[in-house]
This record gives sequence, C-alpha cells and structure tokens, in this order.
Amino acid sequence: MKGVTVTMDEMFDVLIIGSGVVGSAVARELSRYSLKIGVLEKEPDVCCGTSARNSGVLHAGFNNKPGSLMARFCVEGNRGFDEVARELDIPYKRTGKLVVGFTPTDRERLLAMKETGDKNGVPGLEIVDRNRINKLAPAVRGEFALWSPSTAILDPFQYTLGLAENAALNGVRFFFNNEVTGLEFSDGIYHAKTTKATYRSRWVVNCAGLGSAKISAMLGMGEYTIHPCRGEYFVLDPKIGPLLPLPAYPIPNPAEGGLGIHVTPTVDGNVLIGPSSEYIDGDDDYSCTQQAMDLLIKGGSKILPAIKREHFIRNFAGIRPKLTSESEGGFRDFVIERRPEAPHAVNLVGIESPGLTAALPIAGEVIRLMQQVETFSPNHGFNPVRKGITPFRNKTPEQQAELIKENPDYGEIVCRCETITKAEVLAAIRNPLGVDTVTGIKYRCRTMMGRCQGGYCQTRVAELIMQESHKTPEEVLYSREGSYQFTGTVR
Amino acid sequence: MEMIRKRVVIIGGGPGGLAAACELHRKGIRDILVLEREHQLGGILRQCIHDGFGLTRFGQTLSGPEYADRFIDEVKKLGIECITDTTVIDITPDRVITSASASGLLQISADAIVLTMGCRERTRGALSIPGNRPAGVYTAGVAQAYINLKNIMVGRKAVILGSGDIGMIMARRLTLEGVKVVAVFEIMPYPSGLPRNVEQCLNDYGIPLYLSHTVTSINGKSRLESVTVSEVDASLKPIPGTEKEYECDTLILSVGLIPENELSLKAGIELDPRTRGPVVDEDYQTTTPGIFAAGNVLHVHDLVDFVSLEAENLARAVVAYLDGSLPSCGITIETDSSIGYTVPQHISGEKDITLSLRVRRPMKPCTLELWQDSKLLATKTLRKAIPAEMEQITLPVGQLVNTNSVKVVARNA
Repeated sequence: MKGVTVTMDEMFDVLIIGSGVVGSAVARELSRYSLKIGVLEKEPDVCCGTSARNSGVLHAGFNNKPGSLMARFCVEGNRGFDEVARELDIPYKRTGKLVVGFTPTDRERLLAMKETGDKNGVPGLEIVDRNRINKLAPAVRGEFALWSPSTAILDPFQYTLGLAENAALNGVRFFFNNEVTGLEFSDGIYHAKTTKATYRSRWVVNCAGLGSAKISAMLGMGEYTIHPCRGEYFVLDPKIGPLLPLPAYPIPNPAEGGLGIHVTPTVDGNVLIGPSSEYIDGDDDYSCTQQAMDLLIKGGSKILPAIKREHFIRNFAGIRPKLTSESEGGFRDFVIERRPEAPHAVNLVGIESPGLTAALPIAGEVIRLMQQVETFSPNHGFNPVRKGITPFRNKTPEQQAELIKENPDYGEIVCRCETITKAEVLAAIRNPLGVDTVTGIKYRCRTMMGRCQGGYCQTRVAELIMQESHKTPEEVLYSREGSYQFTGTVR
Repeated sequence: MEMIRKRVVIIGGGPGGLAAACELHRKGIRDILVLEREHQLGGILRQCIHDGFGLTRFGQTLSGPEYADRFIDEVKKLGIECITDTTVIDITPDRVITSASASGLLQISADAIVLTMGCRERTRGALSIPGNRPAGVYTAGVAQAYINLKNIMVGRKAVILGSGDIGMIMARRLTLEGVKVVAVFEIMPYPSGLPRNVEQCLNDYGIPLYLSHTVTSINGKSRLESVTVSEVDASLKPIPGTEKEYECDTLILSVGLIPENELSLKAGIELDPRTRGPVVDEDYQTTTPGIFAAGNVLHVHDLVDFVSLEAENLARAVVAYLDGSLPSCGITIETDSSIGYTVPQHISGEKDITLSLRVRRPMKPCTLELWQDSKLLATKTLRKAIPAEMEQITLPVGQLVNTNSVKVVARNA
C-alpha cells in the first residue's frame, strides 16, 4: 500500500512472493483465514509479468495430459469461474472456442484432442463441419474444427486485480517494488530480504513465476531451471472485433512451447493475434521483433484472412516460465510442493499455461498443503465480494445520465477512443492497492488503450496523477521504477 | 433526458468549426450551436505557438493562438452559442447528437450537422516499430501539448522519426528549450512536410535530416535509452547491415495524421480509404443527408488557412441545403495512380468546382489534367508538386460532355 513502511520487527504468518494471478489467488484464498499475510512484488503493480501478457483465454482443459495437475486444475478452474467472476465483478464471456483443421491428418489430431478432453472431463466437445463454423464464426477459415463450448475469454489483468483487491480488502498487505534478494530460515522464521526492507514470516509461498526457480533455490530447492519462452502479440482495432466472436486456434505443434498462433477476441472488443514462440536468454526481455511480427501476420491471416495492417494498434510480448527447454519442447506439469527440507514453504515452479485458468484451484492446493501441518482458523470478516470500476461506455443513455447525476466526473470524457471518463480515471488512481503509474491507470480503466494510444487522454491522465498523488512532473512514472515520463517543467 | 432542437450543430470548435459558424451567421443562420470538448475554443491551434498561420486567410502571419483568436472574437461578437467541456459521444444517421458534460447528458436534434473534429496522430503501434516499450516515446502533437500547454518537459536528448510538419516544428521547439535534437529520420526519399519547415526548423538549427532511414528498434526497459536506425531500400524495407544506434531519452514520432472519424462511422457515413475522411460531394455533404464535413476531419490539410476557407465554403452549402436547394451529385471523380486522393469525390456538373488533391510522389514540372471519356476538360501547369502540399484545380462546368466520371491525372511535363 502507498507509503507503508515496514519495520524489521514486523512479523507475518504468510509471505507470498509474487503478485501475478497465482500469488493474488493464493493471497485472496488465504485471506479466508485469520492470518497476517503480506505479498512481496518486485514490480510497482500486480500482474506485470506472465499473468497479464497472454491471450486472455479461460481454457477448457483438452490440451493437457490426463491425470496431470494442469488438466485437473484447468477443468476445475474453468468450471468454477462463473462464481468468482460474479464475486469479483470482472468482465468475461463464455464464447466457446474453435480449433480449426484443414487436412485428414488434422482431423485425426483433433479427434485425439477431443479424446484427451473427454478423459479430462471437459464438457461438450464436438468435431464440427464447415457449416457449423459458418454459424459460429463465418470469417474464420477451416474445413472442420474441434468445438469447445466451455472455453471463455477474460481480461487477465482485471481478474488478477480483482483477486488482489479482494485480498487487500480482506486484510492482505501488498509491498511493491520489493524484489526478494535472499531468504534465510532461522528459529522457525523466514527472513525475506528485499531491495527495500526485510520481512519476517512463518510461511513462505513461492509464486514468483519467471523468478520461481530463483526463489526455489533460495528455499534450498535448487534443481529447477526456468526456460523463458517469449510470445509476441498484435492488438487490433475493435473495428475488426465483430468478425471474430470467439477464439480460433490452429492445431498445436507438440514440439513447440505454446499452442500455436491464434486469433482471439478480448472482452473489450479488440482482437489479439499471437503468440509467437521463441526461447530467449533473459527473463525480462519483452521486446518485439520484426521476425515474430511477420510470423504473426502470416499465422493470424491464415485463420482470419480479414486482418489488415490498418487494424494494428499495438504490440506486446509475454514470457512463458517453462520447465521444458527448447530441445525438449512441449509442456511439463506444474510443480506444487511442500518438501521435508522446507516444511513451511510451498513451492510453485513452472506455472505456465493454463495457469490463469487454474489459479484458484492451485491456490486451493497450496492451502491444502499448508493445512497438512497447521490448522488455520477462519477469518469471520471475510467478504468474497469486490466491486470493480463502473464503466461509462456501453451503458444506455439513461444509465449514463444517471451516472453523471450521481457523480459529475462521469460527464467528463477523458479518453475519446474508448469513452473513459474522469470518474473512472479517478477511481483507478484511488485504487485499494495505491498504484499511480501511467500503465497502472491504463490497465485499470483502459485509458491510452484505444486507437490513438493516448494522443488525446495522456496529458489529462498525467495531470490527474500529479493532482491526486501530489507528484511533480519528474515523479510521474510510466510503469516500473526508472520509467520517468518527464524531465521537469519547461520554465 | 433533455432533448433540444437546433438548426445547425457544429462538432468541434477549431479553425474549421469556428469559421463555419461565423460564415453561417453571416449568411443569416442564427440557430447555431458549437460543441467543443476542450475547456477553450481554438482546437489544436492553442498549442501551435509558432507563427506562419494566416497568410492566405488574413493576409498576415499569425501564431496559432492569434489565428484562433480571430475566429473566437468573431464568434463572441456575433453571439454564436458555444458549449465547451462537452464531448459528443454519438450521432445517429437521422441527426440526433448525444453529448456528455459534467452537467449531464444532452440530446440535440439538428437540421444539419457540421463535422469539424480534426485529426489524430498515427502512433508507434500503427507502425509496429520493433523493440521495447519504455517511457519517452511521444507523438509530436502530444509532446507539443505537454511543452506548450502543460509546461512539462518530455526529455533531454531527442530523435525525431518522420519529417512531418509537426515533427520539424517540434525539432525547433525542443532545441529552443535546450533539448539536444540528434537527428530527424524520414523513411521516404523526400521530406513529408513543407519545404519551408525543412529550412526554418532544421537547416537553420543545424539539425540533420536523413532521408530513406527509419527506426528499426526502440531500446530501453524503463526509460528510452537509444534507437536503432536503418537505411531503407526503394521498397522501404530496412537494409540489413546499415543499423546504427543513436543514444537518446526521447523519440518523437511525426509519421502522419489520420482524420478523426469515429463519430462519422456511428452516423453511417461512408469513408474514403484514401483520405480516411468522409466521401463528400461538391457541397461537402457526406453520404448521410444533412451531415457535412470540412477541414482535417475530411482530409489532412497542409495549412490551417485552407481548413477555414473550406469550412466557409461548406457553410454556404449548408445554407443552400437548409433552403432545400442542393443539387444531386451523380458525377464521380476518379484518379489514377499519380494522385493520392481528391476532395470532393462527387459533383453535380451544374457549377464550376475546385478540386483539392495531393500527388502521390514528388514531381518536377508537371501538369494536372481532368479528363472525361477522351476529352481533356482542364489542365493546370505546376512548377513542381509534392505530397506534402495540397494542390487545387478548377473544373469548368461548361466543358463536361455527359454525366460519366471525371478522371484526374498528373503527368510529368
């Protein structure tokens, strides 16, 4: 939280390392118990890594090996999502999904995927012909397809934020810009040294994603290696959105680290093309490359030929924290463990796709492992409900008039492309986690996400940040530490 | 919800909208409403504090705010109603406007609507420049707004991509404020802005302009640290091996303007893929009856004077429309590959019409020609023509032989 400093003496019951979707889910689920919980995050906000940088698809579970944790938790996470989305007030949509095929070999592989899905308990899988594709998504190419009705789309940032804010409202404290640099265990207590302070705790949960092998080694379990595998995306203008009502995937290449270059709508009406798949050296290199962009255009156009260059709004990249190396390829199951050599540490390593879908069941498993040695008493004040920012756009004129009447800031349109109002920007700045970076505001309320990319709204957003947070121009950050937006005043 | 009626509603209180408002008033229309989203009238001119505006329209050189003030004073003097701090969020094909402000939602039913919303800037994302996404990458207009309107400085050492007019003007502006401007890089083999700006904004300050070069990577994880620049070949593809890294903390993009037509689309208006503005007839009427467009929302202009002059022409057409006396426009204007676009796209053949156009590539002495079938209707000789400058040619109505389309071509002399 903003301005919170921690003394060396402060003692937690549980420290969670990492506030991606898994760390936030563990925080939220643990806040059901009467525990003092802290989250240590190296970035200035939740959801800055893998959790935010993906296709935003709630998977059904037909890509994962039967009997694996991946398969079990993916199916479980998908099934339970309606309820958590309601509690956290987050946008998502059960669109279903098509995996398209063209050749007889493709058909055999789709049948195999269906069989895997059936074994995993995925509901309603069918092989459909061109006529059905025409009804479901006429602009999508493919001779036939695997149709998965339970697949959904969601906003991965809003989901993670919903979990984290709900955790915060139930007493969990978040410490941003705190990268864990060392973990010591003495007298039954972990001392977590970060770039900012030292925190003490009885329990540690490693949810560090790309950094999970490093944290695991600090916990004395040094045998893991994370192989960062980058995936790049294009974000397309909502103009093309109506052509793609659901995610459309190719058949995955089993040797590759991902599910293949696909096209998917977002809950906000954009379309994503991606991801590429490229093993890289660093776990912090989110740059986009010309080669990958060319591949994306080729791969995306194969499934959705209507894609045009004028639709491109932005690129981004995510990094998969893979346990499999480039030569090994494919997927290895999630590691979720509590070992005798570190009985008060739960170690999560290699949580990649379908980690977003599986986050809550993973959190359940973490708590089950903890409760093997300690019984937690319930937090009677726990409230599972969190309210998101009420958007102005997509409301009826009557509802919009009502919103302005209640709060005149709703009448001030700050972002023209996406019709975002001052009320929403202020709500984003006044968020329960205390984040006030430009991208923090952007992910919370969609300013700067439209086709003009902040040409109209960014001066207004910067001014509101300065006003609300009492910052000088030099202090306004774009995203992480060091990403200063301005060098001062002109005169 | 409140619903009011208006004779003419003008969307956007910049140099186009205000010029249209004044001209409408002069022609006897009194029931006019100008809607402006900013707190002040004037549009983008408010941040254009350099001079060079007004030579054509007012016969003297003015700064942007001075130019805007001419119209703002006139609007005030005439008592034309202007509502600021109000954003139009919807226009229906039957001309009902919905606008939002802190005082509520307002619906206006208008006999005629004038679209003068201007344009927006092309962004990094639209170009898909590879690399990281650090702080310190700004479009030229955004940097100009921070510096000139908000008194905030964006960086200390800048590279400029694109030789658009705003980019070159910002090169000078940044230099005057003590920022080191390393260079301007332009992907085309010729500057995309006006020659006078190359002279007055770059050459006068010793800022190098590299043609046939582009940024091929943006580097830096937090704040921009450098850009990689490559030479491009004749097909504008980067040439491997020519990469050079330039250290900088700021990248200014001046890579084109796009008419802002999101509202036009809601009103069912057809856009021309070449101008990215509405398809209009000789009276500036769009494909939705009673909705007119002029200025940068129609096509991107080189000089603001032409924006105001175009809007004044539009105002006269709106008056005729309200009188019920606009002709139907069945003759289509076509172009060949030498011409980027023309405005208008349709004419009636009942009066002389001045076509605005841009050539697609720079030409030495050349002629513009208008053809119908095999008949040459009109020619105009130019000493030179460049895409950065708008050209005009008049089509004399007496020359038309039938209602077939008219073709515009540019030929080397």
